[in-house]
Amino acid sequence: MGSKWIKIAVYLSAGITFAALLFMVMFIFIKGIPYLSLDLFSWEYTTENQSLLPSLLTTLIVVGLTLLIAAPIGIFTSFYLVEYASKTSKFVSAIRMAVDTLAAVPSIVYGLFGMIFYVTFLGFQYSVAAGVLTSVIMILPIIIRSTEEALFSVSDTLREASYGLGAGKLRTIFRVVLPAAMPSILSGLILASGRVIGETAALMYTLGTSTHLPSGLFSSGRTLALHMYVLASEGLYVDKAYATGAVLIILVIVINSVATLLSQTTIKETVK
Amino acid sequence: MNKIEINQLNLWYGQFQALHDIVLDIPENEVTAFIGPSGCGKSTLIKSLNRMNDLVDHCQVKGEVLFNGTDIYRMSDPVSALRKKIGMVFQQPNPFPKSIYDNVAYGPRTHGIKDRKTLDTIVEKSLRGAAVWEEVKDILNKSALSVSGGQQQRICIARALAVQPEVLLMDEPTSALDPISTAKIEELIINLKKNYTIVMVTHNMQQASRISDQTAFFYNGRIIETDRTERLFTRPAKQQTADYVSGRFG
Amino acid sequence: MQYNDKLNLKKLDQDLITVNKKKKKVQKIGMENWMKGIFFMCAVFSISSIVFMIYFIFSSGIPFITEYGVARFLTGTTWAPSNTPGSYGILPMMIGSILVTGGATLIGMPIGILTAVFMAAYCPPELYKILKAAVNLMAAIPSILYGFFALQFIVPFMREVAGGTGMNMMTAMILLGLMILPTIISLSEAALRAVPRSYYEGSLALGTTHEKTVLSVMVPAAKSGIISSVILGIGRAIGETMAVVLIAGNQPIIPDSLFSGVRTLTTNIVLEMAYAQGEHKEALIATAAVLFLFILMINSLFLYVKKKRG
Ligand SMILES: Nc1ncnc2c1ncn2[C@@H]1O[C@H](COP(=O)(O)OP(=O)(O)OP(=O)(O)O)[C@@H](O)[C@H]1O
Ligand SMILES: [Mg+2]
Repeated sequence: MGSKWIKIAVYLSAGITFAALLFMVMFIFIKGIPYLSLDLFSWEYTTENQSLLPSLLTTLIVVGLTLLIAAPIGIFTSFYLVEYASKTSKFVSAIRMAVDTLAAVPSIVYGLFGMIFYVTFLGFQYSVAAGVLTSVIMILPIIIRSTEEALFSVSDTLREASYGLGAGKLRTIFRVVLPAAMPSILSGLILASGRVIGETAALMYTLGTSTHLPSGLFSSGRTLALHMYVLASEGLYVDKAYATGAVLIILVIVINSVATLLSQTTIKETVK
Repeated sequence: MNKIEINQLNLWYGQFQALHDIVLDIPENEVTAFIGPSGCGKSTLIKSLNRMNDLVDHCQVKGEVLFNGTDIYRMSDPVSALRKKIGMVFQQPNPFPKSIYDNVAYGPRTHGIKDRKTLDTIVEKSLRGAAVWEEVKDILNKSALSVSGGQQQRICIARALAVQPEVLLMDEPTSALDPISTAKIEELIINLKKNYTIVMVTHNMQQASRISDQTAFFYNGRIIETDRTERLFTRPAKQQTADYVSGRFG
Repeated sequence: MQYNDKLNLKKLDQDLITVNKKKKKVQKIGMENWMKGIFFMCAVFSISSIVFMIYFIFSSGIPFITEYGVARFLTGTTWAPSNTPGSYGILPMMIGSILVTGGATLIGMPIGILTAVFMAAYCPPELYKILKAAVNLMAAIPSILYGFFALQFIVPFMREVAGGTGMNMMTAMILLGLMILPTIISLSEAALRAVPRSYYEGSLALGTTHEKTVLSVMVPAAKSGIISSVILGIGRAIGETMAVVLIAGNQPIIPDSLFSGVRTLTTNIVLEMAYAQGEHKEALIATAAVLFLFILMINSLFLYVKKKRG
């Protein structure tokens, strides 16, 4: 192959990739933003007005509750695996492999599990509780993995310095390791919430797709992504689907920027 | 008087024996230097004096290390109490990613001092003790990572001094620094020995001869020879020591 | 230097410590152990919930498969749960998943790798920041958006070109090819960037062109990283559900052309899980178990490549 052809292929591929992305985003923005009326943000979803506010709020509730449960459990699990468990232990590396595998399991498998176990077996019905618990299991591997990486990236010399001053393990973890690892841990958490925000397969038959704002833990609702799925598959309110898509993209852009900013935060000047 | 006495110390990392039958007395208010080729066990020995080796999986110790007459591997106090009395300074400056003040105050806070005034005094005294006060007194709230390597290392020394140790262990404290910073730290070490007992590892023969009172030469996990520094460098008893010392001097 | 205060200070320090000493020490050790216990419990919880899920899928899936017959399940070509007795052959879905994933890889792999080459070796620095953010965004856009876009744009296009509904295997391949791009690009780019600069310079010094150097020196040096990125992309494609269900037609038959409808393992589950009962439900769990095995295989392949590299 001549150099010229290689160059053409490289530029062409990059062109296709970024043109496709730009086209997709513009396609949804152009068709969606004109329909972003105030009506779409009214409190009630009705057959005349498919408001997306209830689903936006439900998204926040589901993501918030999921993080509330999964973040401490996931972070503490990583503390145990990285700071306490023996580094050479076969058991720990087996767990690490299981966690890696689980992070690659398709969400539909979690969805099926959640539906049969929480919704049917435990009798939660389609509900916030079932949706949240399913999401928790789904993002635990992601949180554990990213927190572990963040903890590994904290130099052992800092731990040694702390122990050398007579500090115990707990103090070393909370006062030295955690502050240093915090930006990466946070950006991992944000990416994990991004997964929940965009999730449909795991939530459709656990959280359900009720159009109302859930009235309690055991009441159903729908997230923005689910709302969009339902609108898209029904094919009745395509404009609203575009508008919802635009909101979803904006949400994702915001989350992504925050995560990027956080992961670039290195402690440079004043810390206090 | 001997601050630390090491008797028949043997140490294993798993199957590998890193220290063989170490016997050594470390006199109070003196600088003891460890020299020897890479991998001969200098860091291993210095770390077993404040039990930092506890942190290494599969590390086993036999023999005794008497600190003020008590065997540190059989004492009843928790190991944190020991590490408070035997401070450590590392090869790479390793300040916490916190302010200079918080770095120095970390140790005292760890040991229960909360009063701001007391902490202020300790921080100032320690930074003065480490000869870095004048350089950082106006930037105590800045990150310790924002100053030069030599200043960072002196802040780390101040951090170690802040818990009022009796012994300072220094593992190649100047190997990562430029000559000017090195000179400052050497001067500091000579001053510190009035109040502290110092054990340091160095690869730099001149440094050992300049600032230490006693030197121990290591080879393959054994101490080949220990003597007053000027004697060990001018009239070593063992051929191996003579070879090492002269080879490096050349 | 002042050392006269040392004794005083030491005394102060001692005083402060001895006051709390006894009480504190007991508390501190207790706290250490308590928290260690809590961390341990969290680890146990995470791990047991992970293990429980795996157990759950296999313990309900495998008995069904053995009862129904391994061969009948895996090689049966009829999926008709509403027949009496129901037929549960998942061969069409396995073939569907494999074909769709294969097609997506054929589309996504060259474009993805070449885009990564562009990012690592051609892109001007001012542009790089924007494009890097674009790749990250591409990875973060929810699959439902991709699916909706495909439904609104690729499907009508297909209808024009190939007739029929436009919901067919080709549509799914293009969609998934697009969806796996960010995975392939970001990991391949990282692999290319990890190649020592000296390789590049060494080759240029011999008079080789930039293009030839990139393709015949850098890409081979980053080979295992690039392969890993493709494997992860395959994993993403085979697991995709909601985007595919919108546009693939979903007929449970072995597709006879690029333009016939197709159903994958994932979509088979999501299409019927809402109402499946009894044996039918077990058949869906068994489908999930098969999907899980696919993922395990892909992951082992990934680990193998990674191990060979490091
Ligand atoms: N954590 C460990 N696990 C296993 N072996 C170790 C460990 N730390 C050190 N060793 C081994 O013990 C021996 C002594 O190491 P040590 O670090 O004490 O040498 P050193 O004299 O300080 O060398 P250097 O001058 O390079 O710092 C070496 O062979 C080393 O490989
Ligand atoms: Mg060493």
